[in-house]
Amino acid sequence: MKYVDEYRDPQLAQCLLAKIRSSVTRPWTIMEVCGGQTHTLVRSGIDRLVPEDLRLIHGPGCPVCVTPLEMIERALAIAARTDVTFCSFGDMLRVPGANGDLLRVRAAGGDVRIVYSPLDAVRIAQRQRDRQVVFFAVGFETTAPATALTAWHAKRLGLRNFSMLVAHVLVPPAMEAVLSTPDNQVQGFLGAGHVCTVVGYEDYQALADRYRVPIVVTGFEPVDLLEGILLIVRQLESGQHKVENQYARSARQDGNGEARKIIEEVYEVCDRPWRGLGPLPRSGLRLRSSFAQFDAELRFDVAAVTAVEPSECRGGEVLQGRIRPDECAAFGSHCTPDNPLGAPMVSSEGACAAYWKYGRSSQPISIISIGRK
Amino acid sequence: MCLGVPGLVVERQEATDELAFGTVEFAGIRRRVCLACVPEARTGDYVIVHAGIAISMINPIEARRVFTHLAEIGDLDGWTGDKNEIRG
Repeated sequence: MKYVDEYRDPQLAQCLLAKIRSSVTRPWTIMEVCGGQTHTLVRSGIDRLVPEDLRLIHGPGCPVCVTPLEMIERALAIAARTDVTFCSFGDMLRVPGANGDLLRVRAAGGDVRIVYSPLDAVRIAQRQRDRQVVFFAVGFETTAPATALTAWHAKRLGLRNFSMLVAHVLVPPAMEAVLSTPDNQVQGFLGAGHVCTVVGYEDYQALADRYRVPIVVTGFEPVDLLEGILLIVRQLESGQHKVENQYARSARQDGNGEARKIIEEVYEVCDRPWRGLGPLPRSGLRLRSSFAQFDAELRFDVAAVTAVEPSECRGGEVLQGRIRPDECAAFGSHCTPDNPLGAPMVSSEGACAAYWKYGRSSQPISIISIGRK
Repeated sequence: MCLGVPGLVVERQEATDELAFGTVEFAGIRRRVCLACVPEARTGDYVIVHAGIAISMINPIEARRVFTHLAEIGDLDGWTGDKNEIRG
């Protein structure tokens, strides 16, 4: 596949790895922001092939994982209604709420559907005018143009039976939240290539200057990640904190103008609570008042639904890079993708799921978990 | 969730319901994709698709630059891959 295979060239990866090894002279800690990058790093073994002095820690870049439990409970409450067809990306269906997940709602007779694109939910709403169709709009800046176009399209079509439960979050406030903790260990960031493809990276230099950390906007294939790591290491070793763009084939400094325009038209920035990071100011998107007729929280009166995070799941610490997934006592024993305690074990981008899928366990797998598999 | 897949635009349709759509091929599989955010994309261009929407057009010069830059600064020592391919 063009623009994929050449960035998976093993020989090229080895060359880059050798460059990284020869460049590292001191201990450094780098965080990759995006869960997609986490999976590539773990799947390809890059995290184990770089020098020991170079610690790669996994960041909060999994939208499924950071969606707070109260939003999951709101989704469950709406999806359980007999007049609702609830549409979601597949990842969200198995995120556990207090009393089960969206799959359980479906098993109990709820009309819960996985869609590939939010625009598919609009088509469902056009076909079944007698039912309320709700899309669960979860995601970072990358997904926001798709959901914004969906709301815009529904408005143009005059759809009265379509709405969205919006839980969009923004990456830079989460990066700042990580950097501003008193015991922060992150010295450099691999920036999320697709987030920057949409909104650009003009704001990153202020962040890099304030916290004196290099930020390299990076792609998702092994060669991309190795080059991104090399660029960060070279900056760290020479005492620099610039913003660089490794993923220039897709991401531009000012992002995608059309995508930014539609996001701006449909959404406004708002405060949001993050699972693991708590409430962060100006860290999310909500529908503007001109699109309020598509706000599922208002339509189904669920804004008051709250929830308490389960205490056993240490996903919050994983999302902040404080612990590795396999350092959680529940990992691989009573928390597995089949029986997850929290979202990071469910999502295809969750760090816990990556560690499970690619066999990264420092603990012996318990008999209980083998029995459950 | 921020997964984006590069694909080849094989057809660009006239806008329907005021949203531009086209057909994009991914390793032989064709899908209907919204092209509203890449108005400049034409048949034969590569786009990155996320959740049914093209979020960028791949810049072929920048795509090669990663390799040519590494070659220039000597970071590809020992790499015997297809240099013609990367020089485009």
